[in-house]
Amino acid sequence: MMQVVQWFASWSLPLIIAFIPTYAFLIKKVPVYDTFIDGAKGGFGTVIKLLPHLVGMLVAVTVFRESGAMEYLIKLLNPLLQPLGVPPEFLPMALLRSISGSGSMAIMTDIFQAHGPDSFLGRLASTMQGASDTTLYVLTVYFGSVGIRKARYAVKVGLLADLASVIAALFVTHWIFG
Amino acid sequence: MINAIWLILLVTGIIVAALNGRIDVVTEAVLNGAKQGVVVCAGLLSIVVFWMGLMRVAEAAGLVQSLAKLIYPLARFLYPSVPKNHPAMGSIVANMSANMLGLGSAATPLGLKAMQQLQELNPHKDRASDAMCTLLAINTSGLTIIPATVIGLRLQYGSARPTEIVITTLLATFLATTTAVFLDRYFRARERRKGGWQE
Repeated sequence: MMQVVQWFASWSLPLIIAFIPTYAFLIKKVPVYDTFIDGAKGGFGTVIKLLPHLVGMLVAVTVFRESGAMEYLIKLLNPLLQPLGVPPEFLPMALLRSISGSGSMAIMTDIFQAHGPDSFLGRLASTMQGASDTTLYVLTVYFGSVGIRKARYAVKVGLLADLASVIAALFVTHWIFG
Repeated sequence: MINAIWLILLVTGIIVAALNGRIDVVTEAVLNGAKQGVVVCAGLLSIVVFWMGLMRVAEAAGLVQSLAKLIYPLARFLYPSVPKNHPAMGSIVANMSANMLGLGSAATPLGLKAMQQLQELNPHKDRASDAMCTLLAINTSGLTIIPATVIGLRLQYGSARPTEIVITTLLATFLATTTAVFLDRYFRARERRKGGWQE
């Protein structure tokens, strides 16, 4: 079973990339390269619109982290969370997950290095990283690309969903591997 | 709320740096953060351009439409405000499929495409529509079935069974995404009850 999953993980993308143009060209007689270029042109404008959003958000996140404010927040929350089965080493990752995908990924690799990927912490970090996405990034990119400024309840829902991801990852990892 | 978060992150960071006597850190963090924004954007550029091209090919071949039919009943339930044959439904379904397959790099451009098509249906161009909020809720809660990047990293760090977290991820994702969909509906209903959006 695990081998099938692993095979799928590394083969799914190349197979899709091979299948789409082959099918389009051979069965549907689509001029694949011309069509590809035509669609790809749209990508440039989409991404350029994001630049101000990404710069703005990443500056704020970096200032918050580098100043030491992130550390204080962790120290503040730790006494509340440790009785609930949240390991202190996991907290920075849980907090960072919503605001920086590469940041939480970096903490995950830190955990892998210090405790090993097959430790409880390693499994918890893996589950959490896979089971959620970077809410502020998704929000910035998705709404930014079409010029949405009034997000209504979307931020609230996104952050609560992240909290749900953390709780679900803790619960499931304790349950399966605990 | 995004305005408040942004301001809090920035100002708290600067105040804490000042109190610690490390105000010089701020300048460096601003430069690094801004640079990282450009780097992330450049990284995204290559991927988005490629996938938008490939997805145009898939669309021309009728593949996106076939896929849409498959997950259509679920999408119909999640996005009741999107008209039956609107192209946005195809992109939404393709975005969901890419997310499920753990093709994060493919899911983002598809999600952006869906956003653009939803914007065509949106009567208030600067305010998120119901469907946009749902798209966001589903995308922020993961939805991954095969967490390919995490598996790759575990392998790199010498895990004996790098794929053992697939089952925990699957369960956690299911719980989180279900919660997100529920919360999306709950807050929408609450907004309506309070008399809707006040301009």
